[in-house]
Amino acid sequence: MILTRRMALLGAGAMLTGCDRLASHDSVRKALFSAENFHRWAQRSLMARDALAQEFSPDQISPIFRANGTANPNTPAYKALWRNGFADWRLAVTGLVERPLSLSLAQLRTLPHREQIPRHDCVEGWSAIGKWRGVPLRTILEGARLRDSVRYLVFRCADDMGGGRPYYESIDLIDAFHPQTILAFALNDAPLTVANGAPVRLRVERQLGYKQAKYLMGIEAVATLDGIGKGKGGFWEDVAGYDWYAGI
Amino acid sequence: MDSPTPTDGITVKRHRLSTRLWHWLNAALLYVLFTSGLGIFNAHPRLYWGQYGANFDHTWLELERFPGWITLPGLYNLAMSRHWHLTAAPIFAFALLFYMLWSLANRHVTRDLAFRRDDLRPRHIWQDIKDHARLRFPTGQAALRYNVLQKASYVGVIFILLPLVILTGLTMAPGMNAAWPWLVDLFGGRQSARSLHFIAAFALAAFFIVHILMVILAGPINEVRSMITGRYRVPEERP
Repeated sequence: MILTRRMALLGAGAMLTGCDRLASHDSVRKALFSAENFHRWAQRSLMARDALAQEFSPDQISPIFRANGTANPNTPAYKALWRNGFADWRLAVTGLVERPLSLSLAQLRTLPHREQIPRHDCVEGWSAIGKWRGVPLRTILEGARLRDSVRYLVFRCADDMGGGRPYYESIDLIDAFHPQTILAFALNDAPLTVANGAPVRLRVERQLGYKQAKYLMGIEAVATLDGIGKGKGGFWEDVAGYDWYAGI
Repeated sequence: MDSPTPTDGITVKRHRLSTRLWHWLNAALLYVLFTSGLGIFNAHPRLYWGQYGANFDHTWLELERFPGWITLPGLYNLAMSRHWHLTAAPIFAFALLFYMLWSLANRHVTRDLAFRRDDLRPRHIWQDIKDHARLRFPTGQAALRYNVLQKASYVGVIFILLPLVILTGLTMAPGMNAAWPWLVDLFGGRQSARSLHFIAAFALAAFFIVHILMVILAGPINEVRSMITGRYRVPEERP
């Protein structure tokens, strides 16, 4: 009974191939994808609805805040906005609202701000700490007055991810009305750079980086995520199978 | 270990059903968790200490991606690695919790795992180390008790390493940071927790390798049978 390296390799390989084959079955796949629901339920049972993500002190800020995903949307429409210092940019608040809004950057800046120094966690594993300033999403939603049927907010972005599919993300009302959920226009006391999502990006501090939609163009209040993209609630959820609930 | 006074060569009941079930469940889950964990690690094969850490920050370890034969899935797929990992992790964590409580309740811990005064005498420990080094495995009555090195490794794994790997795993979840911020403080930051999670995973892999070696050297058929059926043949005393 001597286990050679070769046998071990073959054994490990065979078992892993077995796992991969297992995961191609619909029922197994479904089970693997539904763990997200358990984690969402467990985490939300363990925390108060408005429990805050940790905030840090200014001396704990990352020397360089790593930008990820799209570095520059580079579409003609975005370039035109950027050239003009985003003076013509408007954030459209639409969908199931009593009062659709179209907000300029100047208008956003006149609203009450929140400043926070949370940790940004990428799904890949790295973390960066930065100071964000922006308008609580709650303020905007109260201005637009959501209808009772609203369950999710969908964030439309300016970056084309290929094939004419712009980036999008969505959150539910628990996170939408959370005090740390803001539409950020400044990082570390400077206006957002293009790499970090200029002019405005979403911050949802209890979830991973792919929820922090950059280059915001519109917010749509919806009753269901069906029919939006492929129905999974976000670009990476649709394309790569990421969990919609990104608190894990 | 419930049998009265066993003699050489006879078969006794060695492992309880709870231990056997937990053992094989763990074997499967740890396998899935380790390989899918390496798949997740491959997304950013760099480790840091402290609260934050990304490409511009100081690392203590930078690796190449782990090869496909040891990752789950075999082809890099972060989403699938995470699905496997996050499905197996809660089952693994609750199984450990139940096993701990059950083993305290049925006195497995106090009867079989707790150190006796004798165990901890330096001479006794030294003797045990020498016996292990010479591959002289206990026979007769002595084979039915865990020796001090075995106790130390089982207690270390069950009460230190497994809780550590679970808690550091939880610490990496941003949602858990809002629910239990003390976890981040306990480990000195999310990136420290990530590093400790990695170290604990490899410590478990090392335990696995030594464990398999010991089983092979001590008589694999008898050992594996005792973990499946619970029946163990007591090795005969040396002449």
